[in-house]
Amino acid sequence: MNNLTTAEKEHWDLVIQPKGGLFNLNLKEVWKYRDLMWLFVRRDFTAQYKQTILGPLWHLIQPVFTTLMFLIVFGKIANIPTDDIKPIFLFYMSGITIWNYFSGCLTATSSTFVTNAGIFGKVYFPRLVVPLSSVFSNMIKFGIQFLLLLMMMIFFSLKGFTMYISITWLIIPLLIVMMAAMGLGLGMIVSSLTTKYRDLNILVGFAIQLLMYATPIAYPLSYLQNKNYASWIAWNPLTPVVEAFRYALFGKGTFTINSLLYSALFIVITLIAGLLLFNKVEKTFMDTV
Amino acid sequence: MNIVIKIENLSKQYRLGTVGTGTISHDLNRFWHKVRGKEDPYLKIGEENNDSNKGSSEYIWALKDINFEVKQGEVLGIIGRNGAGKSTLLKILSRTTAPTIGSVKVKGRVASLLEVGTGFHPELSGRENIFLNGAILGMTKQEIKKRFDEIVDFAGVEKYIDTPVKRYSSGMYVRLAFGVAAHLEPEILIVDEVLAVGDAEFQKKALGKMKDVSTNEGRTVLFVSHNMAAIQNLCTRAMMLESGKLLFSGQVNDTITYYLKSAVQREHTALLERKDRIGNGAILFTGFELKNSLNEGVNFFQTGGDFMMNILFNNNVEVIKELKIALGINNYLGDRILHLSNEMTNHVFRNITGKQGIIKITLPKLPLKHGRYAITLFSTVDGNIADWIQDAFYIDVEHGDFYKNGISLSNDQGYFLLEHEFYLTTF
Repeated sequence: MNNLTTAEKEHWDLVIQPKGGLFNLNLKEVWKYRDLMWLFVRRDFTAQYKQTILGPLWHLIQPVFTTLMFLIVFGKIANIPTDDIKPIFLFYMSGITIWNYFSGCLTATSSTFVTNAGIFGKVYFPRLVVPLSSVFSNMIKFGIQFLLLLMMMIFFSLKGFTMYISITWLIIPLLIVMMAAMGLGLGMIVSSLTTKYRDLNILVGFAIQLLMYATPIAYPLSYLQNKNYASWIAWNPLTPVVEAFRYALFGKGTFTINSLLYSALFIVITLIAGLLLFNKVEKTFMDTV
Repeated sequence: MNIVIKIENLSKQYRLGTVGTGTISHDLNRFWHKVRGKEDPYLKIGEENNDSNKGSSEYIWALKDINFEVKQGEVLGIIGRNGAGKSTLLKILSRTTAPTIGSVKVKGRVASLLEVGTGFHPELSGRENIFLNGAILGMTKQEIKKRFDEIVDFAGVEKYIDTPVKRYSSGMYVRLAFGVAAHLEPEILIVDEVLAVGDAEFQKKALGKMKDVSTNEGRTVLFVSHNMAAIQNLCTRAMMLESGKLLFSGQVNDTITYYLKSAVQREHTALLERKDRIGNGAILFTGFELKNSLNEGVNFFQTGGDFMMNILFNNNVEVIKELKIALGINNYLGDRILHLSNEMTNHVFRNITGKQGIIKITLPKLPLKHGRYAITLFSTVDGNIADWIQDAFYIDVEHGDFYKNGISLSNDQGYFLLEHEFYLTTF
């Protein structure tokens, strides 16, 4: 017994035990591995376009074509109004740009454990580095698409579109962080749950598509007024973010400070739940993945 | 000296079988016990991990109650058969999975090499991969930059450093990957059989680097291998795992001897019961024993070690005037690679009257490479075939340090090892 007590007093740099504390997130360690995070971001970005001719241009082609498709289907065929944002090309493109960021983050982080099982099984590093790097590499893609959107706005302003430049632009970074946090939080929950049961992984793909239609991407929230399912769409925590994004860019959108606060609260809770679950699973997921 | 690793009551339980609907009911039950503050009901059941016990339990203990300490600067070799728990131990030490019970305490920075080239991306260049792999192994960008030239030099890939690694030859790939790993500077290095890759020259380089790391720089190394030659050459202490338990720990040679002796008795059909034999039955082979040089029973031999075998037989005639015995040794492909016979060595046995006998066969410094060999027994009594059994039994040969240099010859370099000399004349 005596030996035990003296041993207890010794200083150990690392103690490996069956379970860590629930709230022991080890963010300090994540910071130590920040170089690795940037290297993952670089890898994601450069490796994706090796041996392609158009390279990063693909980031531009995809939103442009989606926008055109939306414009034809929702704008021309279904004739859904667009909050008087003219040209409607910009209405669709703005929605698609911010939506792509959310869905990109969610898709990438939700498969963290399964796709990285090879590396995770061989080397230890704070697992959180991987989903965080996905969020950042998607942010670069978002940056490119956002630049394209701005260029389009400038292009249309030459043809009579009046640029709406105001103080509201300042909330855009906050909205981006909210989208990232939501994608990350949900993605971490899904990736933690899928280490054992893969069912959710199958669900994620089409859940994202369904969720897009439950978010005012292809239509403005104002279009739903007086419709009985409008409140369902309004309760979607992503709705205020998208509406606020359009408001910031064009001065038109339906949201209140309260609805935005509701979104923020929802997102923070999701993110914390995601972090805790992720932290709980990361130690032993190799046994079940 | 300082204790840098302390392992207490370390145990790890695995669930067998596939994940399915059965898993969720166990999970729910476990959760329900936890909610009520009770112990995990599945921790009590597991069986010890033993291939022969194909038990009823769905849970097995891959490791059970492991306790040991490692001092600073020690090079500890860990040996054991497949499934003994070596890999599980390494996984826990390198934090890729957590133990079920017990703890590991460590002083200093740990780096584990369970594989070389973890995280290498085929599309990225050698340069990009050095940085990526280094960072995965825990180096900062600065540290990698400082050692970049050394790594490239060690791997010998200067010319191709900006080429995607998917265009590398497998040798270059492995050298680059090991180069990064070898230039880590952790206080404790955990190494799985990464040395089993690459050509002989590279193995020597890798072994040399590891030796350097431990002796000159005072680092602690944990080394798991099947390669007894490497263990003998590198380690200062060794321990043996069997069925998830720590069975033996001590001097390297003692542990290896223990390992060779202790393995579970191999399965074999009793020779006497074999029906597929040819001959008049004047004598019948009844069994065999494998021995080491101290006449202790063993289960396998080591390349470069002593080979001793007893063949037991029954004599069914009054007097044997002349007994010839031959052993044919086939490799795993079924090729006859060796023929041992007492006729060739001028030791034909004569005038035998005893009802039972033992034939002892010795072969100093076994030249066979590691692998499994089939032994065919053949005998003639007074010129007639008495007993002939094809593939009567198998022997296993493990890696050994034939040339006393710690290197084992790679598999595609022939079947035998022989003493030889090289001489140089210049003019």
